[in-house]
Amino acid sequence: MLTVDEWQVLATSLRVGARAVAVALPLALATAWLLARGRFRGRMLLDVIVHAPLVLPPVVVGYALLLVFGVQGGIGRWLDEALGLRLVFTNAGASLAAGVMAFPMMVRAIRLSIEALDPGLDLAARSLGAGALDRFVHLTVPLILPGLTAAAVVGFAACLGEFGAVITFAANVPGETQTLPLAIYSALQTPGGETAALRLATLSLLLAIGALLLAEGLGRWARRWAARAP
Amino acid sequence: MIEFEAALRRGESVLELRFRAPSRGATVLFGPSGAGKSSVLALLAGALEPERGRIVVDGQVLTDTARRIHVPLEKRRVGWVFQDGRLFPHLRVRDNLEFGLRRAPRGEAATPDLTAVVDVLGLGALLDRWPRDLSGGERQRVAIGRALLARPRLLLLDEPLASLDAPRKAEILALLEQIKREARLPIVYVTHSLAETLRLADHLVLLEDGRVAAEGSALELIGRGDTRGLATRADAGSLLLATVIGHDSERATTELRIGAQRLQVPLVPCEPGAELRCYVPASDVIVATQFPAGISVRNVIAVTVARIVPRDRAAVHVELEAEGLRLLATLTPAAIEDLALAPGARAFALIKSVAIDAPAGLHMLEGEGG
Repeated sequence: MLTVDEWQVLATSLRVGARAVAVALPLALATAWLLARGRFRGRMLLDVIVHAPLVLPPVVVGYALLLVFGVQGGIGRWLDEALGLRLVFTNAGASLAAGVMAFPMMVRAIRLSIEALDPGLDLAARSLGAGALDRFVHLTVPLILPGLTAAAVVGFAACLGEFGAVITFAANVPGETQTLPLAIYSALQTPGGETAALRLATLSLLLAIGALLLAEGLGRWARRWAARAP
Repeated sequence: MIEFEAALRRGESVLELRFRAPSRGATVLFGPSGAGKSSVLALLAGALEPERGRIVVDGQVLTDTARRIHVPLEKRRVGWVFQDGRLFPHLRVRDNLEFGLRRAPRGEAATPDLTAVVDVLGLGALLDRWPRDLSGGERQRVAIGRALLARPRLLLLDEPLASLDAPRKAEILALLEQIKREARLPIVYVTHSLAETLRLADHLVLLEDGRVAAEGSALELIGRGDTRGLATRADAGSLLLATVIGHDSERATTELRIGAQRLQVPLVPCEPGAELRCYVPASDVIVATQFPAGISVRNVIAVTVARIVPRDRAAVHVELEAEGLRLLATLTPAAIEDLALAPGARAFALIKSVAIDAPAGLHMLEGEGG
């Protein structure tokens, strides 16, 4: 079956995707809420910043992350000195780069479900004595669950496939930042690595099919769930 | 007692309203679409804040702009029933019902508990169902139950029957009458349906263009000739409170007493002694200056002309009074002239038909009598 190296690549990919989604999902929810319901100055600017990774070359995003989160960068140096957290060349850094690239898609999925919320239900819940946090937990989150699920699946898949931003910001370190696309790239650069590349590509394909099936299953469940609305 | 006073600008229109309503029974806000009925409910609920105003319910100040008081909606404890039910789609009927109950303050006299509400509203078979599997009428029954279980201090109903078919309307109206009798809380009911107003209203507030056109007890107000929006309708008439005296099963008639008058109507399935609401359309009242003979109309009452109010160029409202009874009649200006009718004149009112509100499913506005 899989070689030790291939297992390592697979594990790195899954770690990057899982970490990125775990951190990005709550942030995406907050951002989607601000964009869907917020009335404040600079909403347009936030919208543009959030969507920038969609339209910028991934290498540019990776480079921008280096400038900000690199050891010489403002936030990067502070993280390093204050918390001892290094992002460059680490798995966490790869997660950051992949997460930033996947972020706009996640925000979009959640935002659509927030915009589909019926404000009348919120009014009804208030009249029944439910405060803001109570309504968020017992009304909003259950109602946008289909959007949250979609965001998690789409985000995870996007993280597994991210190449340019990850290799620019986190480099190609086996066991740390070398995800599937990076490993395939390395194999192709190595003389006689075609077989390894083909095996990794097949693994990618199987993973993609798995993710699609999972997404389909979750989507069906979410649709059934959403169809309960009158 | 509900004391309501509020001024509010909404886009082009300006609302400026003031009325008082009793603590018990149903206050109906009646008026055409856009008159501001739903805004009044939103102000009472606290979903809207007036620019200037004061809202007090049973001595508790809910809004007072002068003192910067505005109790938020979630702390007001109003039971708010909407036209579209607004059940939570992700919760089964049981959890919808308990949503407000779980959040209501404990320790107070447990007014209606879940079992009682489920019984009265007939929700037993629905408890494990999802809202999307309910019919419109069932959904509305659950919404009413959910509001009642939140232990409200004020019940607000915003056209709760508007999206239902006629049989469902009748069914929910009967339930609302029962709630009105049993619940010890003020009820404010918004509608533009005259039939619903006739059935439920104890107190009536007529709204027009963001203002109160008239207010008063329903029995007092429905039957006056000068109420804009009500007397100006084609089906204007008088609302009367009647007591069943007895039945004549051979002739299939029921005898009613209204004030000191007696009326014969087609058989009403009610025990003697029962109180009923009757509606006499003004166009079904004929006025004669001499006691008529040889006619099919059974009910002839000696009356005095109290007031004459022109309705439009083609019609005049005549307010008639007998002992304990007031009737509205619509006549043509020519008839007024020919009969020389003037305030104080004696006349006879011939009542062609009476619509009776009876618990057994007869609806107001549908009965025909002779």
